[in-house]
Amino acid sequence: MIIQTKSDIIPSEITPKEVFDNRREFIQKAGFGLLVGAAGMVSNSLYAGTISSGTTEGAGRLVGRANAPAIYKPGGTRQKISNYSKTSYGAGEKLTAYDDVTTYNNYYEFGTDKSEPAINSKLFKPSPWTVSIEGEVKRNKIISIQDIYKLAPLEERIYRMRCVEGWSMVIPWIGLPLAQLIKWAEPTSNAKYVEFISLADPQQMPGVNIPMLDWPYNEALRMDEAMNPLTIMAVGLYGEQLPNQNGAPMRLVVPWKYGFKGAKSIVKIRFTEKMPQTSWMKAGPNEYGFYANVNPLVEHPRWTQSSEKRIGAGLFAGRIKTQMFNGYTEQVGQMYAGLDLRKNF
Amino acid sequence: MSKFLNTASIFATFNATPNRKQISWIKAFVFALCLVPLLRLFWLGFQDNLSANPIEFVERSTGFWALFILLATLALTPVRLITGKVWQIQLRRMLGLFMFFYACLHISTYLWLDFSFNWADITKDIVKHPRILVGFAAFVLTIPLAITSNNAMVRRLRERWKQLHRLVYLIAILAVVHFWWLVKKDIREPLLYAIILIVLLGIRIYYKKSVKQTKINHKAHNPNQQPV
Repeated sequence: MIIQTKSDIIPSEITPKEVFDNRREFIQKAGFGLLVGAAGMVSNSLYAGTISSGTTEGAGRLVGRANAPAIYKPGGTRQKISNYSKTSYGAGEKLTAYDDVTTYNNYYEFGTDKSEPAINSKLFKPSPWTVSIEGEVKRNKIISIQDIYKLAPLEERIYRMRCVEGWSMVIPWIGLPLAQLIKWAEPTSNAKYVEFISLADPQQMPGVNIPMLDWPYNEALRMDEAMNPLTIMAVGLYGEQLPNQNGAPMRLVVPWKYGFKGAKSIVKIRFTEKMPQTSWMKAGPNEYGFYANVNPLVEHPRWTQSSEKRIGAGLFAGRIKTQMFNGYTEQVGQMYAGLDLRKNF
Repeated sequence: MSKFLNTASIFATFNATPNRKQISWIKAFVFALCLVPLLRLFWLGFQDNLSANPIEFVERSTGFWALFILLATLALTPVRLITGKVWQIQLRRMLGLFMFFYACLHISTYLWLDFSFNWADITKDIVKHPRILVGFAAFVLTIPLAITSNNAMVRRLRERWKQLHRLVYLIAILAVVHFWWLVKKDIREPLLYAIILIVLLGIRIYYKKSVKQTKINHKAHNPNQQPV
């Protein structure tokens, strides 16, 4: 409901500051001639918001056409992402503070306490990085993170993230629609599911030495879920390349599903005909299903799912109601028509 | 636990029993020590340093200290059984009440900060989630123990007081299970407390059995003599 662009909204209210700043720079540098182009950029990003919330066509292609491709800069320190366009996703949501987003992480490869990944991932090397594409594809391929950056213009998507443990955040991700990566991967008609496999490097990831989950961590989506315009491969947040503890250099973000669906530090994408068994499904089949859609009506044996704590709201803020599909019913609800969500949790 | 046990073991090593005055000093010290976790929470709270999820932080912290102090309480008798010292038993009531104090803070955090006294949601949460049910049961069982902890009640209830306060074993088991079911997959921490609890209860059972055995042996050898 929140990501829908209102038609009566005045452009200055939703045009991101950066775009405005860019425009002024353009005008100053190149004069009137570029004004047209810059205005085009602004309208493109507005248009993208409308399009992507309404149709299944990838919005990425329409966004930031005027932008040069963003370049991946290797290194573990904080790196700004130079070129990405803002979208109207999440307009009006209060962002969760950067410090909270980067110090409260479930990333078991770096430790099970939520404060551990930020500490234990300090020496992690997200570069050089390649992702291999295999399974039901025309041919197996390998792509570097630098090339993934060039696959499609990067967009900022402000999404709510609901953890199965009953807390939530609002995160300004930067990424590209997964659909763009999938198109590039050229899956065959046999591909019904996409599986995402994370890195499991015992040298860099202390948690992998403990047989807690079936390493490497894997997650999966049905093909239509993967192609949904909401689904992104995130490569950054808060205008910067992904911090290691958030899944550098590339992670999945599926905002209508519980956070654990978002596999981090992905090294392999496999297309399959059969529904893959994910790490959490294997760890607790009665607790974690394949779909893991945010659903306040389906209880979890450990945590209340009808309400959630918003991180950063403070000690006395209480809980907020959890929304069906985390509030993205309009964009994703039709994919589950006729599916018993109690059985297929 | 280490701090307290060290105090006990230091005395054991020197084979000294503290006198009345020393005991009141020890009591004051343990009392102050038991307040440290609460003061720490206030300190972190004032500094806005209670992690990204302060409610969970306070819940976890108060829950942890309730369990910790409970295990410390249950360690007093094994210390007596092993060392023969009895003075430390005088700390038991205070520790037990501190356990109750932290348990109260723990459940208040849950009812107030976490669920804003939304009783419909709370009831649903307790009924639907075994972890919460077990924790809630443990808390309810501590209430009669806290109420009957004064001298008057001890005198009034006599033998029944002893029987009633055996509930503490059940409470400890429920508390460990409550913690165990909280964690998704990494059971190392609850496992540690489970092992400590098993050891503490095991020592009791071992000594009880061996005392019985001695009595039986004693009886067999001197059929006329009454066991002491």
